[in-house]
Amino acid sequence: MHSHSEPGLSRRDLLVAGAATVAGSAATGPAHAQDAVNTSSMDTVPRAPVHAPVRFTVNGREHALELDTRTSLLDALREHLHLTGTKKGCDHGQCGACTVMVDGVRINSCLTLAVMHEGADVTTIEGLGTPDRLHAMQAAFVKHDGYQCGYCTPGQICSAVAVLDEIKAGIPSHVTADIMATPEFSVDEVRERMSGNICRCGAYSNIIEAITEVAGRAA
Amino acid sequence: MKFDTPATTNPIDQMKVVGQPLDRIDGPLKTTGTAPYAYERHDVAAAPAYGYVIGSAVPKGRITGMDVSAAQHAPGVLAVVTAENAGPLDKGKYNTAKLLGGPEIEHYHQAVALVVAESFEQARAAAALVKIDYAAEPGRFDLHAARVAAFPPEENDITGPPETHVGDFAGAFAQAPVTLDETYTTPDHSHAMMEPHATLAAWEGDRLTVWTSNQMIAWANGDLAKTLRMPKEKVRVVSPFIGGGFGGKLFLRADVVLAALGARAAGRPVKVALQRPLIANNTTHRPATIQRIRIGATREGVITAIGHESWSGDLEGGGPETAVNQTRLLYAGANRMTAMRLAVLDLPEGNAMRAPGEAPGMMALEIAMDEMAEKLGIDPIEFRIRNDTQVDPEKPERPFSARAFAECLRLGAERFGWDARNSRPGQRREGKWLIGIGMAAAFRNNLLMKSGARVRLDGEGRVTVETDMTDIGTGSYTIIGQTAAEMMGVPIEKVTVRLGDSTYPVSAGSGGQFGANNATAGVYATCVKLREEVTQRLGFNSEDAVFADGHVRAGNRAVLLGAAAAEGDIVAEDAIEYGDLDERYQQSTFGGHFVEAAVDAYTGETRIRRMLAVCAAGRILNPKSARSQVIGAMTMGAGAALMEELAVDTRRGFFVNHDLAGYEVPVHADIPHQEVIFLDETDPLSSPMKAKGVGELGICGVGAAVANAVYNATGVRVRDYPITLDKYLDRLPDAA
Ligand code: FES
Ligand code: FES
Repeated sequence: MHSHSEPGLSRRDLLVAGAATVAGSAATGPAHAQDAVNTSSMDTVPRAPVHAPVRFTVNGREHALELDTRTSLLDALREHLHLTGTKKGCDHGQCGACTVMVDGVRINSCLTLAVMHEGADVTTIEGLGTPDRLHAMQAAFVKHDGYQCGYCTPGQICSAVAVLDEIKAGIPSHVTADIMATPEFSVDEVRERMSGNICRCGAYSNIIEAITEVAGRAA
Repeated sequence: MKFDTPATTNPIDQMKVVGQPLDRIDGPLKTTGTAPYAYERHDVAAAPAYGYVIGSAVPKGRITGMDVSAAQHAPGVLAVVTAENAGPLDKGKYNTAKLLGGPEIEHYHQAVALVVAESFEQARAAAALVKIDYAAEPGRFDLHAARVAAFPPEENDITGPPETHVGDFAGAFAQAPVTLDETYTTPDHSHAMMEPHATLAAWEGDRLTVWTSNQMIAWANGDLAKTLRMPKEKVRVVSPFIGGGFGGKLFLRADVVLAALGARAAGRPVKVALQRPLIANNTTHRPATIQRIRIGATREGVITAIGHESWSGDLEGGGPETAVNQTRLLYAGANRMTAMRLAVLDLPEGNAMRAPGEAPGMMALEIAMDEMAEKLGIDPIEFRIRNDTQVDPEKPERPFSARAFAECLRLGAERFGWDARNSRPGQRREGKWLIGIGMAAAFRNNLLMKSGARVRLDGEGRVTVETDMTDIGTGSYTIIGQTAAEMMGVPIEKVTVRLGDSTYPVSAGSGGQFGANNATAGVYATCVKLREEVTQRLGFNSEDAVFADGHVRAGNRAVLLGAAAAEGDIVAEDAIEYGDLDERYQQSTFGGHFVEAAVDAYTGETRIRRMLAVCAAGRILNPKSARSQVIGAMTMGAGAALMEELAVDTRRGFFVNHDLAGYEVPVHADIPHQEVIFLDETDPLSSPMKAKGVGELGICGVGAAVANAVYNATGVRVRDYPITLDKYLDRLPDAA
C-alpha cells in the first residue's frame, strides 16, 4: 500500500514546520512512501492562514498589503498587485523567470516570502519601460530578437540590467580570472552571470548580442 | 483557394514586406511583460479561485481509497475534484491516457485530484491533506527489457508504414565490401517549455471559455468538448500568447480539463497551472529510442544497402517515435529497409516533441554516416554528397520539389573552415583542450495542411487578420502581418493580427514546422479574396489592379485602399487547401550543421565553441525570426547531445529528474555565438508563399554534429546519448 504522507513526520509536524516550505511536497513527492506513517487525516484541524501586513515600494509606487504569510514575493506581485510581467516558470528557484530587483539586487522572487520585504524597493519589468517607452535593454532585445515565446524574457531583461551593474560594481563571478581585480565586461562574464535564466526557446546567442550592445552604449 | 498547380508570380514575390528582417510586432509587449499569458488574465475574470493538482504517486494500479475530508474542511477550500465526483468524462481523440485518473492509474503523476481554494497557498496546503491509498501493480518501465515483445505499430497518417523495403537489403549488405552495423540510443526528453501548462476556465451557464496555453486551438476545442461531453460550439478556447510548447502543448492536457471541472464545482472561474515538478511525468515526452543502423557501400563510397530499425515504447494505444523517417528519403542506395517496433511501457505518455522522428533519428543516422565515412577514408561531406539524390529513393518517380542539400554542405564547409579539420581524431590540442570539428546533415519534411483566415478592411485602410493560428515564439504574428501587408499594399503598421481564438477560422496551428508556410498561405488566399472584393467595390478590373503604398491603382486611376470600405468594412474569409503536389513531389527542407567542440583532456568536460547551420527551406518569410527558430532548435539539439535525459526509475516507473534542476537544459554558458545561413530559395510547389518550415530543421542533425565533433576531438565514439563524460572519460587520449 502506498500512502500519501511524508516519511517520519505527522501532519501536525508538517503544519508546524511551516506550510510554505513543505506543502506541495506531499502532493508531488516520490513514490517510495511504503514505510510512511499512516496518519488519519481527521486528527488534524488545519489552522486558519496567518495574515500579516507588509509595505513595500514597487516601481516607485508604495503598496500596503495584508498577505497570507506563505505568499511568495512573486505571487504578491502577480496575484495581488496584478503585475504579471514577472513570470512563474518553476516556483522553485530553478529557472530565473521570476527575476526582479529588490533594493538594487536581482533575486528569484519565487524563493522569498513577500512579508520578508518590509520597506523594500522592488523593481520589476514593468518598472523598466513600457511598450511606448522601452528601456534600452528592452529595445535591444527587440532589435536582436533576444526572445521567442517571451516567457523567460522579463526575467532575462531584469537579470541583464542587474548583471551590467554587478560588473560595474566590481563583483567577480565564477569565470573572473582574478577575483581581486575589477572584472571586465566580456561575453563569457555575461554568459556565466546570465546562466540562472533559462531560455528553453534558445535565444541565448541573440540575448548576448543585445546585452553587449547595451553595455557598449552605456560604457 | 485550392493550391494544386505550382505557384507562378504573385504579389508576395515583390518582397517589400515579406522576406524583410522586421522586428517582431509583438516584441514591445513581450519585452515589457505586458503580453498576457493564460494564468495572468486578470482582465477577463476577476477574483478567480486557484486550483492545485495532485498527481498519482504510483505508475500503475488503482486508487483503493481517497480521503478528501480534511482538505475539504481546510481554510479557503471551495472544492476537491476527483474522478469520483467529476461526472462522466470521455477521453480526447489526441490523448492516450486519461487526463483525470482514478480509480485506474495509467502513469505516474497522472492527475487524480484538483483542490480548489480561495488562494494558491490555501489550495497547496489543502492538497497536502488529501490522503490517497493505492494498490500498485507491476508495470513495464524498461525499454531495453520490453524490446523483445515489441511489435510493428499500426499504420496511420502520423506513423506511416511500420516497414519499408526496396530491392534486396540483406543480400546487398552481405556483399558490400565496406559495412557498418551499429546501435545507437537516445533517451526520453522533456519539452521543458518555460511557461507551465496553464488554464483559466470560466462558465457562463452551459458555455465554457478557457484561456489557456495551446498550440492547436481546434484540437483543444474538439478534445475539451469531447472530454466534457459537450457540443464544441459551447466551448471557446483562447490562447493568444504561449510560453513555449515544442509539441508539449499540441494537445489538451490536464490543466484545461481540471480548471473547467474546478470552475464548475466551485461555481466561479478557476485557474490552474501544472506545478513544475508534475510536468515531466504528468504531460507528454519524447520517447527514448534504440536504433540499429546498417550501411553497406562500395569502396568508392556509393551506398548499396541502407537499413534503419528503431524501437521505442509508449502506453497501450500510443504510437512509436518515428525515428526511421529520414532514412527513407535522405540518401540514395538501391537496397533499403526501415522498420519500427513499438513496445508497451507504463511510463507517462510518449508523444511529439520538436521534430518527432527526425530529431532522434538524425542523431543516430548522422553518427553512422560519420563512422562510415571514416571507414571508407572519405571526407564526411564528400561521402554525403556522393549519395545525394534528387528523387525519393523509395519511390524514384517522385522528385524532390527542391533539394539544395549539396549546396548547403559545400557552403557550410567553406564558411566554417572545414579545411582546417584533421580527419584523424584526437590530433588538435590547445592547452588543456582537445579540439574537434564535426558536421551532420539537416533534414526535415515540409507538411501541407489546410489553413483558414478572416481579413477585414476598414475605412481607414486598416487591415485586421483573424485566424486561430498560434504564435508559440515562432513569429507567427509578424509573418502573418507581413503577408497581409504585402498583399494589401500597406505598411505593416496598418495591419492588426489577432491569433489563437476558436472563434476565428481554423488554421494549420503550430506544430511539425508546418505553421509558417500554411498559416501565411491561408492569409494569402484570404487576401486574394479581399482584393477581389475591393476592386469590385471600386469598379476596377481586378486583373490589372495594383495594391501598393496604401492605394489601389489601375490604368491612371489611384484610390486610397480605405475608400473601398467607406460604406462599411469589407470582410473576406477563405482557406488554403492543397491538391496532390505533396504526393507527386517529395517536399522536404535541407541543411548542414557544423560544430566545433573542445573537450578538457583531463576532466572530459565538453564545451561547444562554434555552431553554424546552413538551411535550404524555401522562401524565408522573415530572416530575423526564422534565424531565431533555427538557433533555438540548435540550442535544444545541443542539449540533446550533451545533457538532456529523463532518467527512468525502472523499478518505480517514473522520470526521476522531473523539474528544471534535475532535467538539465542548456543555459547561457553552454551556448556560443551561433551562425545561420539561409540559401536564397523559393519552392513554388509548397504554396503561393513558396516557403517551407524551418523551426524544426534546426534541431535535426545538430546533435550528431556535436557528437561527431566530440569524436573528432577525442577519438572516442559514444553512441548513447547524451554524451556525458562518464561515457568516455576513461578512454580519453593520454593527457600528459
Ligand atoms: S519561477 Fe522563480 S526561479 Fe523559476
Ligand atoms: S523566449 Fe521562450 S523561453 Fe526564452
